[in-house]
Amino acid sequence: MSYIEFLTTYGPRLMTGTLITIALTVLAGLLAVAIAFAAALMKLSPSMVVRGIATTYIEIFRGTSLLVQLYWIFFVLPLFGITLEKFTAGYITVGMNLGAYGAELVRGAIKSVPRGQWEAALALNMSPAKRMIRIILPQAIVVMLPPWGNLFIELLKGTALVSLIAVADLMFQAKQINGSTFLSAQSFGTALIIYYIVARFGITPSMRWLERRSLRMLGRG
Amino acid sequence: MNEDMSKYPLRLEGSDKPMVRFMNVTKSYGDLVVLDSLDLDVAEGEMVTVIGPSGSGKTTVLRMLMTLETINGGVIYVDGEPLTHMEKNGVLVPADAKHMRRMRANIGMCFQHFNLFPHMTAIENCMEAPVHVLGLTRKEARERGLELLALVGLEEKVDEHPARLSGGQQQRVAIARALAMRPKVLLFDEVTSALDPEVIGEVTNVIRKLVSEHNLTMLMVTHQMGFAREISDRICLFYRGQIEEQGTPDELFGNPQRERTQQFLRAVTEAM
Ligand SMILES: Nc1ncnc2c1ncn2[C@@H]1O[C@H](COP(=O)(O)OP(=O)(O)O)[C@@H](O)[C@H]1O
Ligand SMILES: [Mg+2]
Repeated sequence: MSYIEFLTTYGPRLMTGTLITIALTVLAGLLAVAIAFAAALMKLSPSMVVRGIATTYIEIFRGTSLLVQLYWIFFVLPLFGITLEKFTAGYITVGMNLGAYGAELVRGAIKSVPRGQWEAALALNMSPAKRMIRIILPQAIVVMLPPWGNLFIELLKGTALVSLIAVADLMFQAKQINGSTFLSAQSFGTALIIYYIVARFGITPSMRWLERRSLRMLGRG
Repeated sequence: MNEDMSKYPLRLEGSDKPMVRFMNVTKSYGDLVVLDSLDLDVAEGEMVTVIGPSGSGKTTVLRMLMTLETINGGVIYVDGEPLTHMEKNGVLVPADAKHMRRMRANIGMCFQHFNLFPHMTAIENCMEAPVHVLGLTRKEARERGLELLALVGLEEKVDEHPARLSGGQQQRVAIARALAMRPKVLLFDEVTSALDPEVIGEVTNVIRKLVSEHNLTMLMVTHQMGFAREISDRICLFYRGQIEEQGTPDELFGNPQRERTQQFLRAVTEAM
């Protein structure tokens, strides 16, 4: 079977898988961003309890394996009466995991905004919430965009693990095709290339675009 | 902190009450006592300049008044009302956030490094707090901002981001931004120290204008002795967290009484 034949036969299945992978990446990405901001703000809270909750969350999700977390959420949570559909379990786990890493990015970026910005906002009598939302976060976002770009690529790669709970993503399809044809080089080679293309021509340019926009916001574009 | 608060009045009354009063104010960082029982009054409309060696506590005085630092003893009053404290059942207790916020509205500050918001244009910097703190409409805030940017001579730079402005221009935007909140007291902490010599005049001219045309109360820290002498109603020389000597510019520069004042003035004139 030539590679062209391989592609015409299995291309559609790989495409379907790719779309699932992209959907997982987008949903997990949104969840990761939301969790990262929430956890980072909680870690900066004056309340020790609130900080403790965030720290515990971050420690657990960064300190254990994504695959084990996935199995926990998909196989163990049902024992406690929480059953998630496998696609949902997939993106929630990946999002929660990467959100824990993202929290440190967000916190670091917030801390990197010069003290003088807080002080100027206080001197203008802005409330703590306004200071954070209107003054600090917009500047922190500029700082955190490049590392978020890397994190989203990690996240894309991380979604491949959901094939292990039989979500029909790109990796799952590649494994299935390999299982029935034994064309390992073609199956996994194509998957490899597709992952690369999504990262290199999807995520990277989007992040660059956001970075340019954010720099323009600072009058440095 | 176990100070007997009964010796401090709940408020200052009378027509001669100062705009700002530091009463027996102490500030320390750990074991380091930065300000030691400081007493300082600033009258309404007065321009008081604080000079003194580096580390003598000048910045700390302004930061306490701006509520950027807490104090360890004494009371600060603004326009007759306690700033650092509030009345509760007839005694002064440390101010809560709400009281502090109400009192802070009386005070504005300009910093050595401008601290403009880099993600906002000049006019947006001036509109931010009037809209989001005072509740002005965007139109009102814009009008106010444009007026003030014109006052500081920047009507041409209204829509520029700070990154595209020179240091002198940025500091003038910062002054306009502080004025937009209509403070009664304006604080300047070495506002020309970070500027190239050739643009210092832009900023000092604005301050001159404020002194001559507006009835603002101002407290300024500066190393520019000539400017301080020319513009101040009174000059305080700080030394190790205390006022070593104070008086009119002519008294202090022309006929300094204290040995340390003479030393300091000699040192700064030699440096020039
Ligand atoms: N946050 C701080 N922590 C510890 N020491 C401080 C802090 N801020 C200021 N100081 C100390 O307080 C003293 C007075 O500082 P400052 O008011 O900035 O002096 P000046 O403005 O006259 O140079 C200095 O010895 C300085 O090191
Ligand atoms: Mg200083």
